[in-house]
Amino acid sequence: MHTRKKAVLTGIAALLILAVLLLLLQELFRPKYGYGNIPEGTLIADYYDEAGEAGGHDVIFIGDCEVYENFSPITLWEEYGITSYIRGSAQQLIWQSYYLLEDTLRYEKPDVVVFNVLSMQYGTPQSEAYNRLNLDGMRLSVSKIKAVLASMTEEESLVSYLFPLLRYHDRWSELTVRDFTGMFETQSLSHNGFLMRADVKAAENVPTGRPLPSYAFADTCWEYLEAMRALCEREGVELILIKAPSLYPYWYEQWDEQIQAYAEEKGLRYLNFLEMTDTIGIDFSTDTYDGGLHLNLSGAEKLSDWFGAYLAEELGLSDRRGESDTAAVWAEKAARYHAMEADQLRELEEYGYLKSYGAKAPQ
Amino acid sequence: MSFTSGIFLLFLAVLLLLYYLVPGRHQWKLLLAGSYVFYAFAGWSAVCYLLATTLTTWLAAVRVGKKYEDQERWLSEHKASATRDERKAHKAAVKASARRWMLFGILFNFGLLAVVKYTDFVLGNVNGLLGLFSGPQAPLPHFLLPMGISFYIFQSMGYLLDVYRAKYPPEKSLGKTALFVSFFPQLIQGPISRFDALAPSLLSPHKWDGGAVALGLQRVLWGYFKKMVVADRLMAVVNTLSGSPEEYQGLYVLLLMVIYAATLYADFTGGIDITIGVAQTLGVEVAENFQRPFFSKNTAEYWRRWHITMGTWFRDYIFYPASVSKPMMKLTQWCRAKYGLGLAKRASVYLVTMLTWFVTGIWHGASWNFVVWGLLNGVIILVSQELTPLYKRFHERFPALQPTFGYRLFQVGRTFLLMSAVRVLDCYRDVPVTFRAVGSIFTDFDPSILWNGSLLTLGASGSDWAVALCGIAIMIAVSLLSRAESLRAQLSRRSLALRWVLFGALFLAIVIFGAYGVGYDANQFIYNQF
Repeated sequence: MHTRKKAVLTGIAALLILAVLLLLLQELFRPKYGYGNIPEGTLIADYYDEAGEAGGHDVIFIGDCEVYENFSPITLWEEYGITSYIRGSAQQLIWQSYYLLEDTLRYEKPDVVVFNVLSMQYGTPQSEAYNRLNLDGMRLSVSKIKAVLASMTEEESLVSYLFPLLRYHDRWSELTVRDFTGMFETQSLSHNGFLMRADVKAAENVPTGRPLPSYAFADTCWEYLEAMRALCEREGVELILIKAPSLYPYWYEQWDEQIQAYAEEKGLRYLNFLEMTDTIGIDFSTDTYDGGLHLNLSGAEKLSDWFGAYLAEELGLSDRRGESDTAAVWAEKAARYHAMEADQLRELEEYGYLKSYGAKAPQ
Repeated sequence: MSFTSGIFLLFLAVLLLLYYLVPGRHQWKLLLAGSYVFYAFAGWSAVCYLLATTLTTWLAAVRVGKKYEDQERWLSEHKASATRDERKAHKAAVKASARRWMLFGILFNFGLLAVVKYTDFVLGNVNGLLGLFSGPQAPLPHFLLPMGISFYIFQSMGYLLDVYRAKYPPEKSLGKTALFVSFFPQLIQGPISRFDALAPSLLSPHKWDGGAVALGLQRVLWGYFKKMVVADRLMAVVNTLSGSPEEYQGLYVLLLMVIYAATLYADFTGGIDITIGVAQTLGVEVAENFQRPFFSKNTAEYWRRWHITMGTWFRDYIFYPASVSKPMMKLTQWCRAKYGLGLAKRASVYLVTMLTWFVTGIWHGASWNFVVWGLLNGVIILVSQELTPLYKRFHERFPALQPTFGYRLFQVGRTFLLMSAVRVLDCYRDVPVTFRAVGSIFTDFDPSILWNGSLLTLGASGSDWAVALCGIAIMIAVSLLSRAESLRAQLSRRSLALRWVLFGALFLAIVIFGAYGVGYDANQFIYNQF
């Protein structure tokens, strides 16, 4: 009996040690995103650190790079006292947006949700790499599992999202010091989900879209858009559809008409910023860092300034700069934001490109 | 459902839990249900084939058994009244009737196997011949080969033949016969079990035995290590080298021989380790299929230690019956009369050996590569047999040489290389390509590929090579340590903490160094396709 008890205790202890080792290895092998290494990789996980921040967020942006590169929550705060967070990620597919919204609404109830409609063009899972960037950072929940199941390409498995070590185990041959030092810390570059780029690369020769065999969005996309609308309605949140002012990927007129018709039918606001660039004052020779795909800091601030005014005037979002707790939190955010802005300007001066921020050295 | 898939691990965990929860008398039913669930992942048509084999095997075996039972009853009833001739006549009649049922089972099942596995091969060759004379071409039906069909048909027919030979009575329960045919761990790549060896533990109730379950899981882990860390990592190199034989000549071919030997060994024995380990967790004893074959000192010994259950199947159901068959006896008599005793003794042995190896080759796959592979093995064994007197004289002349380690090492190396050279027929697309490739070892030998970075262009990076070579070194070390007794059995006498450390490390090695997940091709077990 004594031997048996000893064996059971040894087994339990061994299994616990093994579990701890696996967790440590998982942290070690997990890709360390941040400075110089795919800053988008931290965006989704960053949210949970700030989900419960003072007073929550008035506005939640959902979507792909066209939101996390094009809107500056700090500008919205500084100019209009609107608190916001961008739950955006690279090539975020519409079902990922839906489940991220579901996930977000578990933590807070914003007044407005802004969804960028570019992802309506993708009706099927696209890329394992982007799936990982978008889903690894999500906290475990039913929404995450549904998002993974909806997003998986053929080569992927749910279990590798639940235990990412099964995905990243082969990084053993490429581990660096950063993998060890970064085991328990996240190196975030985002400002409430906004990725700042202060450099400029003017838009030249932006290609027009090639004719498509069909301009109809996939049924799946419509289903998720409708689910998003219904969710917002249930939660009493105003949903605004937008098309960010990115020149490429090309936004077809036929696509725009479908979104307009849907918005009209459902009584939603739809803002196509591509048609409002002059009003906003966006100049694609100075306000983009990659030839028109994304706005740079200057462009994002202009767009946010315009949109802040719209939110305040049209939707009546109140100015919260008078709330001392909120103001204190956002003052810190703003300081970090302006420090990074200064650092980026310094790097541009010193190196000619944003060396620490994922930019490539000019050829 | 592949052994290396997550769904299999989940399936196994649920099955194990239920297995030890249900009353012992129902355990075999649970195993049967589990086996069919496992096999259903291969598709419903595959299940139909499995059912067809099960039903025909059960029917034929039960009918054969019934004939023998009737015979026994008749003999006991007529013990006093029947004359010797009457008893003999009755036995002959019963045997003939039993033979008809046996032949029904054999012809149906081997016919089924022949149709699904060999139709394309036969028609392809017929088309080739007709093509020489611009004749018409028959369309190839491309039947889908049900997973593991060669294994379960051979196992079932072995059972039927044993019943026919009255080695043991048939299993009357259709369900129990079905479980014997379909027992999931060995369904897709063997071992090819014998009913009298497997059934006692398969069909009897089992209580939870933590020690046995632990030993089984340890063996499963070891199997995963071999398959996922070594075989799957090296498979990319095998595919690269064999996929472009024109490009990879000379030393590359020698490299392919060695790498493929290691890959096949790790893959096949890894799969068998998982099979035996899983069975052990269920309290079922499955026959061993390998006994450290790469330590064999000659080809005959190698074949006694590699894929043992297949070798013994061919020995018991092809070689022995063919050797004592009437045509062989007649051939022996004819040769003795015409050419003397020496040739007479050899003629039938040669013929039956080559027949057995031809069947062994074609069993492995419907292509000339496998036919030639089988025949070459037969030739090598016969030549080696013929050279035995020469070896004997050599050793009599140099008696000090034989017991030395160096000489034994030479024998082991020679056998390994010879078998590897023949085995490379598995890899290339056809026989002429294989012979040209092997020939190039002697004409196009460039050792610089070993250090000029060429090895890193074969589908494996430096770290892949490092992992695979370490894996192979561990496999060799384990083999060396398992000469007298399995390493697991030796370790079971050591402290529990040490075992946890070792098997924990093995588990972590699989998790980290296993070639699985995105970026790796999920390799099927090589023997699944046979």
